[in-house]
Amino acid sequence: MRYLILLIISLFASHANSIEWEDKQLFEGAIGSQTISVISSTDTAIFAPIITSFLTINPELNINYYVASSADVYEEFQRNPQDYDVVISSAMDLQLKLVNDGFSARIEGISYPDWAQWRESLFGFTMEPASIVINKKAFETLKVPRSRQEMIRVLRTNPELFRGKIGSYDVRQSGLGYLFATQDARASETYWRLMEIMGSLETRLYCCSGSMIEDLSNNTISIAYNVLGSYAQARTDIADKIEIILPSDFPNTMMRTAMVSKHSLSIRSSASFLRFLTSSEWTKAEGDSYHLPPLQAASQNEQRSAIALEPGLMIFLDKLKRKTFIKEWENALIQ
Amino acid sequence: MSTSDVNVYGSLRNRLVMTLIGGVAMLTLLSYFVIRNYAAHIAVQSQDSILRASVTSILDAAALRDGSVEIDIPYAAFSMLGTTTDDRVFYVIYQDDLVLSGYEDLSLPKDRSVTETAYRSTIYRDVAVRQVSASRTLIGADQRTIITASIAQTQDSLDDALDEISENIAIYGIGFFCLAVLLSIWVSSATIAPLKRLADSVARRGPQDLSPVAKPVPTEMVPLVSSLNHFMERLERSLKQSEEFIAEAAHRVRTPIATVRSHAEMTLQRVDKEENRQALRSMIRAIDETSRAAGQLLDHAMISFRADQHDYVSIDLVEITEDIVMRLRPVAEMKDVTIQLNTDAEVILLGDSILIQNAVRNLIDNALKYSPSDSVITIEVRKQPVTFIAVQDQGPGFQTHEMASLTDRFTRGENASGTIGSGLGLTIVRDVAKAHDGAVELSNNPSGGACVTLSF
Ligand SMILES: Nc1ncnc2c1ncn2[C@@H]1O[C@H](COP(=O)(O)OP(=O)(O)OP(=O)(O)O)[C@@H](O)[C@H]1O
Ligand SMILES: [Mg+2]
Repeated sequence: MRYLILLIISLFASHANSIEWEDKQLFEGAIGSQTISVISSTDTAIFAPIITSFLTINPELNINYYVASSADVYEEFQRNPQDYDVVISSAMDLQLKLVNDGFSARIEGISYPDWAQWRESLFGFTMEPASIVINKKAFETLKVPRSRQEMIRVLRTNPELFRGKIGSYDVRQSGLGYLFATQDARASETYWRLMEIMGSLETRLYCCSGSMIEDLSNNTISIAYNVLGSYAQARTDIADKIEIILPSDFPNTMMRTAMVSKHSLSIRSSASFLRFLTSSEWTKAEGDSYHLPPLQAASQNEQRSAIALEPGLMIFLDKLKRKTFIKEWENALIQ
Repeated sequence: MSTSDVNVYGSLRNRLVMTLIGGVAMLTLLSYFVIRNYAAHIAVQSQDSILRASVTSILDAAALRDGSVEIDIPYAAFSMLGTTTDDRVFYVIYQDDLVLSGYEDLSLPKDRSVTETAYRSTIYRDVAVRQVSASRTLIGADQRTIITASIAQTQDSLDDALDEISENIAIYGIGFFCLAVLLSIWVSSATIAPLKRLADSVARRGPQDLSPVAKPVPTEMVPLVSSLNHFMERLERSLKQSEEFIAEAAHRVRTPIATVRSHAEMTLQRVDKEENRQALRSMIRAIDETSRAAGQLLDHAMISFRADQHDYVSIDLVEITEDIVMRLRPVAEMKDVTIQLNTDAEVILLGDSILIQNAVRNLIDNALKYSPSDSVITIEVRKQPVTFIAVQDQGPGFQTHEMASLTDRFTRGENASGTIGSGLGLTIVRDVAKAHDGAVELSNNPSGGACVTLSF
């Protein structure tokens, strides 16, 4: 009887654990014989140029590219660490925790600034600031806000214009949204005042940058807070409709990070992929396709605004801390 | 006596150096481990204090709100744990015995008191970690609960720091050791120096200098130096006694023998009976033998004594030879022997004239004794190719099989049975030669007769 229950539980568990991929794609090198599995939270379209240029240099490799949300990436990799060679995610905190919990392989010999790497295992390779993105049309008569303070002022003076027309991450669903929110809260009280006013104006909550930008382009919303500017920039088709603003008071810059699994069977090839990401080589990707802003090309100022890879990131993953934070966030935003 | 005759056992200096170096090596090693341990202790202490601060900040953030525990962990609680080597951090928070948050499998030390902070080194997830745990009691309206926070951190940076410290200590230790080695060599030399000075001053002395050591010496050397002084004093006294004895004996023995002989001769002239005369003649002969033996023995003793003194001055071998030839001329004339002297004008050598006189006299004496009457004795004294004196006669010469042993004490040849002698003459010549670093050579002339060469 006990075994039966166990069996049922495990069946149920394995069902519950099966992951739904947002995308899954095999990139083949010219003479590819060995395949690296990459699990990532970055959309294939955005990442493809990087992979292609890597495969031109290393034609003997293939890359199997799996895409899921950053939370799913974390869960899935933790469950089946032997299935993946390289983990790429925008959730710096979750990535750091994976390394802290001993899932990563040490890749030596990459000279990198301290804040952009952790334990020679986790390496940031992009610099993507959180931005305020506006629909230009909605601001034709208004002064475009350049900082959080100015955004508060604009919202406060024109509540009717913006009611139901503000978008932001639902931090309960989006790992990246949660990361940006916690870093904002850490940096300044302004964040909570902004949340309060956004809450009073019935802010729409989104799971991901994509849909938020989509709604921005079709006038469903007029202003989106804490969107990844890089994603907005990637939508070259709507470039003339929107404007991307880096808040001047305190910018938060996220690094997309990569690590090699300790259980990888092809650590050497995986490490060479990681080295490729941390070098500036991939920025030379050909064509006019958009590519992510590389860390190597970031200015001093941008580098200073980067969220550092340090154990403090794990604080917000704490159950109690998260509970407290979400409660406070809900109190402010959902009224 | 040369140093090679000394029975050597080890070196005082080396022993001193080795002992000092050994001591220093042990001290260096010891201090290496002591300092390393101490550094490790301090490093662990500093890690402990950071971990404790982190634990405290978590506990401080705990609050009871509407009966449930809320902990708004400050960001600093973890960011303060950043290290240069990015050490891993594990934590767990308990409410009473229930895990509230964190790594559930991170266990708390068993024998921990709620009121005290517990520190321990343990293994978590197969790595060595340092763990600090502390508790705090929260008191609500009708509730009392204990919150325990525990943080564990890996020790990579600590190990790094320790490695660096160890390396530094090792470098300093080796430097210190090298200095100490140089110092101990210097100290040993300085300590041994008075001993060396004493040895030098004794070695530099003349052969007759048996005066006590007068220079001041360190206390440790006083027994040695005083025994040395004592010994030299005794030696000097015994040498003086021997000298006096020889001189006195010569005087006291020769005179009575001469008296006895003259009495015997006088008696011989008065006695007519043939058998009595025969007996007296044997007696006179025995007296001659005795006299000769006593004389040669005393001469030999005197030569041995003087040979040790090395009291050398410049002397002219020609002059000495001429003098002796002159003195022996009466004997030669009695035997109708002609002595022919072929010499350089002057043959100077560094030596003891009494010794050389003795040697030359014995040579000529032998030639006179063992050659027939009416013959010629030829004496050559030359300084080329080496300084030498050669005495040739026209007698029977040496028996070939005896030549090697004739210079031994009391050894006489077969041809000597009719002559009076003690067998010490050539021994004296040999010893004199040796005292002057010279040599004696016995040979026979192709035309007959013996030839003895004393060369220097
Ligand atoms: N010129 C010589 N011709 C032949 N034989 C000699 C001659 N000189 C020495 N000898 C031999 O060598 C021996 C040793 O000589 P040595 O002078 O030592 O002793 P000695 O003459 O016998 O005694 P004394 O001590 O009185 O001189 C002699 O006994 C003799 O046989
Ligand atoms: Mg003789």
